[in-house]
Amino acid sequence: MMNDTNEVLAGTAVDPLEVQIAFRNFDFHYGSYHALKNINLEIFKRRVTAFIGPSGCGKSTLLRTINRMYDLYPEQRASGELLLDGDNILERSVDVNELRAKVGMVFQKPTPFPMSIYDNITFGVGLHERLNKGQLEERVEWALRKAALWDEVKDKLKQSGMSLSGGQQQRLCIARGIAVKPEVLLLDEPTSALDPISTMRVEELINELKEEFTIVIVTHNMQQAARISDYTAYMYLGELIEFGVTDQIFIKPGKKQTEDYITGRFG
Amino acid sequence: MTLYQRRRLVNQLALGLSLAAMVFGLFWLGWILFTVIDLGISGLSLRLFTEMTPPPGSSEGGLINAIVGSLIMVGLATAIGTPVGIMAGIYLAEYGRNTWLGSATRFINDILLSAPSIIIGLFVYAVYVAQVGKFSGFAGVLALALIVVPVVIRTTENMLQLVPNSLREAAFALGAPKWAVILQVTLRASAAGVVTGILLAVARISGETAPLLFTALSSQFWSVNLNEPMANLPVTIFKFAMSPFKDWQELAWAGVFLITLGVLGLNIATRVVFREKHKL
Repeated sequence: MMNDTNEVLAGTAVDPLEVQIAFRNFDFHYGSYHALKNINLEIFKRRVTAFIGPSGCGKSTLLRTINRMYDLYPEQRASGELLLDGDNILERSVDVNELRAKVGMVFQKPTPFPMSIYDNITFGVGLHERLNKGQLEERVEWALRKAALWDEVKDKLKQSGMSLSGGQQQRLCIARGIAVKPEVLLLDEPTSALDPISTMRVEELINELKEEFTIVIVTHNMQQAARISDYTAYMYLGELIEFGVTDQIFIKPGKKQTEDYITGRFG
Repeated sequence: MTLYQRRRLVNQLALGLSLAAMVFGLFWLGWILFTVIDLGISGLSLRLFTEMTPPPGSSEGGLINAIVGSLIMVGLATAIGTPVGIMAGIYLAEYGRNTWLGSATRFINDILLSAPSIIIGLFVYAVYVAQVGKFSGFAGVLALALIVVPVVIRTTENMLQLVPNSLREAAFALGAPKWAVILQVTLRASAAGVVTGILLAVARISGETAPLLFTALSSQFWSVNLNEPMANLPVTIFKFAMSPFKDWQELAWAGVFLITLGVLGLNIATRVVFREKHKL
């Protein structure tokens, strides 16, 4: 388990460490392909955890298990334990829609729905809560402010979400995700389709959002992982090679394999 | 000749052939439109919309009973066939993509889509008209609806399949149940295409003659009772155009002109509406 030194290294000694998500002897299969092998990992509440590793290492697959996205595809299955706040969410009895209200997700490519900016945000909210018009408007403003998009769109909430720029669309998707008030936010390479300035804005945003949400981010960009995450998990060929405080992983990794990847010797 | 010169030549050749093909197609289309307008416009007058189809040899008469009959039957057939087609299309694209039932339905639908309309007419004649012993507007509606369904199924399925899966995943990731994802996200994303499919179906049944010959038949009189034979433009055109009477032939061309104008108008109107909506 983590000790105080680690917490200082993580540099965010705001509130005590608390495990939000835990993988225990977790395996994942695409049909007969064994994609994730015996993963044991703990993700802390209100911290940013980054999954890094070369293409095909399973980091996106791992991320997509946390909201059971794989449920959409009958040939994919997970086994072992995946605990969210202590409850195993792999159990059949878990309602995935309820789970996804607690675990939001933002994808690689911005995916605004073909409706107005306002409706994009209320779509998810309306699925889980019954709010009146005033409360809804409040929620929309709250989410858009949190996503640092409010000032840019407050005068055109009735415009189509598709009319925004790529970076704005991605922030709209983040706003849409947090409008449901989840506890966990999963980010699957959220900036890989964005220009540097939009990327910077999203990174700043992640830094602010971690005060309220547990953030898990998959990224191809190691500098990004180093900049924004508190903890880093390095994966390779479906296995979790190393997990620890980000600074430690990047400055003094415990394993040669991790060092090789981080220093750019392969991957 | 260098490699690059040859490529340029091939490029120009391909461009030339494509242009020629386009000109060839447009030429006939233009000719058809020109003939329709040329022959149809002379028969165009206000009495088309005020008077019934006349007996031969009279200088009076219009098409009002046929126009109204066609509007009723095409309207009802679209109203019946469209929801069935859209829902079946949703099933094929969203639920039954890789299932046995889905593939079987798709296969049968393709057969139905390419079935000659006269077969549909005869089918309705055999199972309905012959049973009740009477031609009726309702039988005509049934035959036309059977033509609408496969067209709408096909286009709905194709348009839904064009919606990227990432959009569906994004909606599911918010905790949306499948019906909400389909109704509020995927169907909405493909609305323009689905509506185009409905328009194609309307355009197709507006001119269908064969299925109506055996079902709604035709009528010389004002007929809005769905239980009686019903006047309609295509069969009237068929009857009048083949007749030796000059005034009937003129009315037939006016009818052709009206159908063309109607379908064209519907297309333009929908485009305008959709453009407005997408400005949003």
